[in-house]
Amino acid sequence: MESLTLSDVEQKYYSDLFVYCDTDNTKKVASNGRVLDLFRAAQLPSEVVLQITELCGATRLGHFGRSQFYIALKLIAIAQSGLPLRVESLNSVKDLPLPRFVVGKNEAEARHAALYQDSDSQGLYPASATAVIPRPPGRGHQNKKGPPTSTSLPLNTAPEPTSPVVSPHQSPPTSPHSWRKHKRQHSGGNPDRPPVVAATGAVWTQFREPQSGPVSGDGMWSSHSPPLPSQESWVSFTADTPPSSTLPTMHPSSVQESTTIRTVASAATTNEIQRQSSAYDDPWKITDEQRQYYINQFKTIQPDLTGFIPGSAAKEFFTKSKLPILELSHIWELSDFDKDGALTLDEFCAAFHLVVARKNGYDLPEKLPESLMPKLIDLDDSAEVPEPTTDVGYSASPVEVTPSKSPSMPSLNQAWPEMNQSNEQWETFSERSSSSQTLTQFDSNIAPADPDTAIVHPVPIRMTPSKIHMQEMELKRTGSDHNHPTSPLLAKPPEMSEEAKLPASMKFVAANTVGDGYSSSDSFTSDQEPITRQRSQSGTSPEALKVVAPPPPPPRPHPSHSRSSSLDMNRTFAAASATGQPQPSTIAYPPAVPPRPLPTQGVSGGGAVLTTTSPQQIPQQPNFADFSQFQAFAASEQPSSLPEVDKHSDSGQVGRDGQAEIHLSTVNSGSSGPLAPPPKPVRRRLKSEDELRPEDEQHGPQKSNVIAAVLATQPSIPRSVGKDKKAIQASIRRNKETNTVLARLNSELQQQLKDLLEERISLEVQLEQLRPFSHL
Amino acid sequence: MAVCIAVIAKENYPLYIRSVPTQNELKFHYTVHTSLDVVEEKISAVGKALGDQRELYLGLLYPTEDYKVYGYVTNSKVKFVIVVDSSNTSLRDNEIRSMFRKLHNSFTDVMCNPFHNPGDPIQSKAFDGIVSGMMVQTG
Repeated sequence: MESLTLSDVEQKYYSDLFVYCDTDNTKKVASNGRVLDLFRAAQLPSEVVLQITELCGATRLGHFGRSQFYIALKLIAIAQSGLPLRVESLNSVKDLPLPRFVVGKNEAEARHAALYQDSDSQGLYPASATAVIPRPPGRGHQNKKGPPTSTSLPLNTAPEPTSPVVSPHQSPPTSPHSWRKHKRQHSGGNPDRPPVVAATGAVWTQFREPQSGPVSGDGMWSSHSPPLPSQESWVSFTADTPPSSTLPTMHPSSVQESTTIRTVASAATTNEIQRQSSAYDDPWKITDEQRQYYINQFKTIQPDLTGFIPGSAAKEFFTKSKLPILELSHIWELSDFDKDGALTLDEFCAAFHLVVARKNGYDLPEKLPESLMPKLIDLDDSAEVPEPTTDVGYSASPVEVTPSKSPSMPSLNQAWPEMNQSNEQWETFSERSSSSQTLTQFDSNIAPADPDTAIVHPVPIRMTPSKIHMQEMELKRTGSDHNHPTSPLLAKPPEMSEEAKLPASMKFVAANTVGDGYSSSDSFTSDQEPITRQRSQSGTSPEALKVVAPPPPPPRPHPSHSRSSSLDMNRTFAAASATGQPQPSTIAYPPAVPPRPLPTQGVSGGGAVLTTTSPQQIPQQPNFADFSQFQAFAASEQPSSLPEVDKHSDSGQVGRDGQAEIHLSTVNSGSSGPLAPPPKPVRRRLKSEDELRPEDEQHGPQKSNVIAAVLATQPSIPRSVGKDKKAIQASIRRNKETNTVLARLNSELQQQLKDLLEERISLEVQLEQLRPFSHL
Repeated sequence: MAVCIAVIAKENYPLYIRSVPTQNELKFHYTVHTSLDVVEEKISAVGKALGDQRELYLGLLYPTEDYKVYGYVTNSKVKFVIVVDSSNTSLRDNEIRSMFRKLHNSFTDVMCNPFHNPGDPIQSKAFDGIVSGMMVQTG
């Protein structure tokens, strides 16, 4: 197959036909129905068609590639003009009339045939007008060529005002179609090349309209669906760029064509061209030519197609279109999908498309149409696969101002809830410091080795929330509070549940509390269900140890915007806790070590009390292990006072802090008992943990007290029990486990601290740089 | 739900102010204006040395018998002010914070728009949409 040089007209015509036939949008046209129809419509004898097919190489390949298709079309034109079919004639025949296709489903081709005429075939036009077939009945679209007034209206080449000849397959002729208006717009000197070219660009796109909109004369224009801008309108604001340069596949041949193109351009600049039709199925779809044009425009600003255009350059560029700034601003908002102030190729194409649409009179949509959403774009327009939305690897860190965008934008749906979008944006932030997350995720639900001994495995909850968690938490918080029949929330007085309902980022919604102390690493969403683990120590009196779910990790500060406010948010949260206000969203609660089952007789006495207490208590204080139980039996001499204290706390409790105080008090009271010696060494160790939680200042002591209490109780166990050696051994085992857990926790917290310190340092450095610009 | 939301520039002129229309809007404008004094006081309270420690969320600026005023200031001294109805007691502090966060996000998006000149009134539809979502839904 030799190379094929096409005139501009031919180029356009063929590409239209190709796109028309390329129903699968695969850039290859198989020998499918449309192609065959097209060839049949050429009204050539079948053997000629076969010969053509063979010549163009399609039989070899099995399908029509773009070049094969073009060659086939050219051969058809040759055949139709009566010339012998030869490969050599492909390039040698000059001024070949465009192939004409008669039969009707291809109303596009039919119209093309009518329009795409070169100068010599002006005379042919009336003849071909007869060949022009109105749109097939299915389209419901009326088309008509204007009268051939070749005088002042260069575009009005042939079409007759009367109804075109109808093929037998077609319905009766349709009402006249006023391209006239369209053609009238094309001013300027039209030399030999009929302005058909210009018309074609406009008209053929019109043919692609969906079957909506009644067609009736001039009013038709307004009924068109949102336009695909024609070539003319593309150039409306780039004052001097002839469209010919935008179609890289064109072979600019003669001056004739170029003048025609310029005509097109000049016609476009008048910009009175009415709406153009859209693609067959999607009014906002960008056609190949348009995309190529946009890409070329993009190249003029930014040679690297995988790079992006900064906002200022884009502003200048689009200001040339002379749209009002407000509309340009709106277009920007629609098209800058990742809100970073710069346009990738996709965004640029979308913006360009919207500008052109607007210039053609179409209103801007409120939301970005689906077909304009940035996706993975090949220059070949191959079908994209939308990328997963949430885990897009934005290379931008929260601090960088000009991240290098990956060319593959995720196909984000703008209609997302805002949370998704903001989440996605600050996902980067969380990903950066997500290293610590993995550490904390222990395997959940580790079955106790010995059910009898009731070893409770602590299951640390991930300390740093992931987006999923937060969403789930929100959902669960709002949804499950009323759904779960056994939720302690229902048992509580309503105001308690109100307190428990921490908004947005608060994790451990109360339901967690009663729940599962051993929630899995990513399932404190499931913590809503209260799970009561019954650990029976010696099988005598089963205690209902309500293990409090470990508190949800602190919410990752929302890097709501990758550039600026992420810093703020960090500070916000860091400062928030520093202010000492109850900041539930910022407090990091360590995973609460579940209370150890206590094999004491005193426990059984206190157990009953505890069971009544804990349902009320736990919802309030989800993050703390329910070590009031420990207190109860640890300070077994005060079994009744503690539950009462707790009850009081329950009734009076409003916030976590109150609870914490009570716990503190219980801890203190507990430690004041016979347990005084043991807690001390424990506490010393726990103090280091406090340091590791910078954002946890106020609760650090509480936490240490929690742990102190927990640990304090354990030494007391062998003391108070003294008789059950097995229990002692079990408790020793438990202690060891607790130790390992706490050691691990320690390391994680240290890691987190390091990260935070690094961040803080970097932020401080940045602030120092910015300081000269801020004046108090 | 807020009854009035305002964005005030560094030079203390409003970039965007919107209130529930059923009430006397002028009153809200005046309230926002007077709240600026409180804002200034709060941001100057933190000394220069502690510049980066200053929190963006200022919290309740002052309550009146009818409503409460919350403030938020960005690092570029753009202030957001939200006026909420006092009768609306179910609004938690965190909800107010999240409202400010959303406002800040939208504001940043507006700023990213190269066609928007900082200092111009905000005319972004997206921003309007966000604000409408936060306003009291009056019949």
